[in-house]
Amino acid sequence: MLRNEPQITPALVAEHGLKPDEYQRILTLIGREPTITELGIFSAMWNEHCSYKSSRLHLRKLPTKAPWVIQGPGENAGVIDIGDGLACVFKMESHNHPSYIEPYQGAATGVGGILRDVFTMGARPIACLNLLRFGSPDHPKTRHLVSGVVAGVGGYGNSFGVPTVGGSVNFHTRYDGNILVNAMAVGIARTDSIFYAKATGVGRPIVYLGSKTGRDGIHGATMASASFEANAEEKRPTVQVGDPFSEKLLLEACLEIMGKGCVIAIQDMGAAGLTSSAVEMGAKGGLGIELDLDALPCREEGMSAYEMMLSESQERMLMVLDPAKEAEAEAVFRKWGLDFAIVGKTTDTLRFVVKHQGEVKADLPIMELGDEAPLYDRPHVPTPPKPIIAADSVVPPRSNRDALLHLIGSPDLCSKRWVWEQYDHLILGNTVQQPGGDAAVVRVGDGPKGLAMCTDVTQRYCEADPVQGGRQAVAECWRNLTAVGATPLALTDNLNFGNPEKPEYMGQFVGCLEGIGDAARALDFPIVSGNVSLYNETQGRGILPTPSIGGVGRIDDVAKAATLSFKGAGEAILLVGETQGWLGQSMYLWQVCGREEGAPPPVDLAAERRNGDFVRGLIGAGHVTAVHDLSDGGLAVALAEMAMAGGVGATLTATAPQQHGFLFGEDQARYVVTAQPQHVAAIEALALAAGVPLQVIGQTGAEALTLPGEAPIVIADLVNAHEGWLPAYMAAAPE
Amino acid sequence: MKAAVLLFPGLNREGDAMRALEQASGLKPALVWHAEHELPAGTDLVLVPGGFSYGDYLRCGAIAGRANIMDAVRAHAARGGLVIGICNGFQILCESGLLPGVLMRNRDLRFICKMQHLSVERADTPFTTAYRKGQTIKVAIAHGEGNYEADEETIRRLEGDGRVAFRYCDAQGAVGGAANPNGSTNDIAGIYSEKLNVLGLMPHPENLIDPLVGGTDGRGLFASIASFSRAA
Repeated sequence: MLRNEPQITPALVAEHGLKPDEYQRILTLIGREPTITELGIFSAMWNEHCSYKSSRLHLRKLPTKAPWVIQGPGENAGVIDIGDGLACVFKMESHNHPSYIEPYQGAATGVGGILRDVFTMGARPIACLNLLRFGSPDHPKTRHLVSGVVAGVGGYGNSFGVPTVGGSVNFHTRYDGNILVNAMAVGIARTDSIFYAKATGVGRPIVYLGSKTGRDGIHGATMASASFEANAEEKRPTVQVGDPFSEKLLLEACLEIMGKGCVIAIQDMGAAGLTSSAVEMGAKGGLGIELDLDALPCREEGMSAYEMMLSESQERMLMVLDPAKEAEAEAVFRKWGLDFAIVGKTTDTLRFVVKHQGEVKADLPIMELGDEAPLYDRPHVPTPPKPIIAADSVVPPRSNRDALLHLIGSPDLCSKRWVWEQYDHLILGNTVQQPGGDAAVVRVGDGPKGLAMCTDVTQRYCEADPVQGGRQAVAECWRNLTAVGATPLALTDNLNFGNPEKPEYMGQFVGCLEGIGDAARALDFPIVSGNVSLYNETQGRGILPTPSIGGVGRIDDVAKAATLSFKGAGEAILLVGETQGWLGQSMYLWQVCGREEGAPPPVDLAAERRNGDFVRGLIGAGHVTAVHDLSDGGLAVALAEMAMAGGVGATLTATAPQQHGFLFGEDQARYVVTAQPQHVAAIEALALAAGVPLQVIGQTGAEALTLPGEAPIVIADLVNAHEGWLPAYMAAAPE
Repeated sequence: MKAAVLLFPGLNREGDAMRALEQASGLKPALVWHAEHELPAGTDLVLVPGGFSYGDYLRCGAIAGRANIMDAVRAHAARGGLVIGICNGFQILCESGLLPGVLMRNRDLRFICKMQHLSVERADTPFTTAYRKGQTIKVAIAHGEGNYEADEETIRRLEGDGRVAFRYCDAQGAVGGAANPNGSTNDIAGIYSEKLNVLGLMPHPENLIDPLVGGTDGRGLFASIASFSRAA
């Protein structure tokens, strides 16, 4: 018997984020008016965040396969084989809107959600990373948001007990009203014990585990699928509250019962809570699901079926257990002090049935809830090409020496020590390379194998040319992994864009995806998991298109990983790759000349591959003593970073007709390496044979960095400029 | 020597501590669940590791300090048995009454994780014989509440009785000033009980046992325990 509580009106439908034609689709599908609980379920399943209705069409074009890929997109996280019977499980996910509204809890639950995705698959998390984008430092809310987000990321990860080993923090006025918080987690499992959401067997009990269900986060996923208006703060009640203590217990309890062979299927409750997890388990297994909400552990009394189905309370799991091992599993959960309740069963009806207090509150076709979700081919227009800016048309406004000091102390290029010192990056005792390098290196167990990992995107390139920007994000991530000596294996993407209903923003999405696909194919670097976050705009203005790329690579012996610090005096400095002096969209043009203009540097994927494979070969052969990828700020910034990290200076001797282009150009596919002088001839011969451009550009030594024809910059001055900006900014009184 | 590592819900450095005991002391520690009433028979050393027992809700270490197993630890300490509490373990020892004082929020109100130098105040206790008196060692810190405070009389007694184990210093060994990361009284990073058999410290020597991961200055503490057990 189905009975309507509140009347379903067009206004109520609209409040649930469903368009009139989408509601019509519901009516056609079920042949009657939905109950309020059913309307809530459709709203949860068919919003952008859960249904990927604007993006699915384009995501299908991405390369997702390779011989080492065990599980590509579509599960809680991607899984790749890293040898020796071990798998790496990883994914990145956004928590943008909640973090703007309530920065501490928004960021914390973002970290909690992605950790849960990883251990749901049977992996023990070994590292977290993130990619954060804030508004202009001058915006009155930025300081508050940085402070809250960083504390939230740390507060969750530190307590949970996983090292946060890397990340990226940038600022731009286009994020003023819509910051980005993208969290990535990496875990390790045995290849023979990976767990999936697919339920099997009819009549098996469905078990609810973890924290109790409360009224927090109702409609969180719907909020994440809408643009912000001026009243964003009013949405604070839709933000969930994190409890890392409960999640740590949930981790230990889940891994314990997985180890005992109790688990048949498992799905965490993330966006759209119980609704999404139950439907997913049933639909993937081709089974119906019947839930009895009377058994649901609730935090407060009097919760309705609607609220229970849409709550996004954190630290909860849904499982199908082996009936023979149910008691054993329950004992483990009781030991850890967690709730354990049988809340339903699998059926052969292919219906999703929800009962509460003796009434049927929902009765829907389970496959169609996912399969029949709207799918849109949104109109999209390409971004018009920007003019190429020749270096000789850019008049240097100040000396190269001053420009360098300015750049390394600018918000995007300055040291982020203030941030990562609030993250426990050392716990578990395997952090071989900590934040501050090209990629983090984490040993797997007692080694010698390790994983390199990093997060990257250059959003101003994506804005100027989405295709090249998408390529560059993947290429830079691949380069960063290469620069520590790792073999890049796979990536996760977190696609943050504006309103897909506007053709120019949809065009950015389509263009970036084309570029990501090109690069992933050319570099054998498949996409194994990801997340799409659209409607990132405030009062009609979209963010810079920001397809975050999180990459993982394998290092066979972590003791041989390369670092970027200069190791000692008298070593040769070599530049790998071709330098034209590309200043369009460069940090130099933006931060030194005050111009955000031009076409971004083109990405030659064949050159990326050739130059990267060459550098990885040099590292493996032990020919080089330091390696650094060239990216934002170009050669000069890279040299400064290498000098600061090693406490060893350098003299650059190479010159070019447009010296500022040579020093600060952001041409792609380049690295700086150092080598003992006696190895230089051999390296040059290898480069010649491989067709890789290589140039000796100077040598290390002394306590200053000296650019040709300019006064030396003492390392201490570099360090002061580099380390000073962020702590001073954060300590300044808010206006 | 037999070692036991305690496990309270929410601790997360128990694995790091067990690895350090295995690799630097040659011990095979037992992992003991908080609800137990007894330590394994013949336990010589109890290590209370770091983390966030009970989520640090209520007050750091307050709930764990009153757990069943802590009665057994107090009895063990009263018999002269060795006890180490690291980070949250230090906070738990303070809450359980095994050590005086309290760990307050860091001076800057932020969690801080970084490499930190310590001055070894004495090298004649069961935990420090592998170091030299006055030696500067580099270990890690990772805490939000490591600001040690106690009443004046307690501080006077700790100082007078030589019960300060480690102090925060810079790379050259100069104690205090900017080298104090959290504002703790007299730059105290760790203290001993009256009989010097209980040590509590905020830094993490267990994370500095490997040249590939930051360095090996933490090994001395575990090596000291191993040689103490051989001498005993």
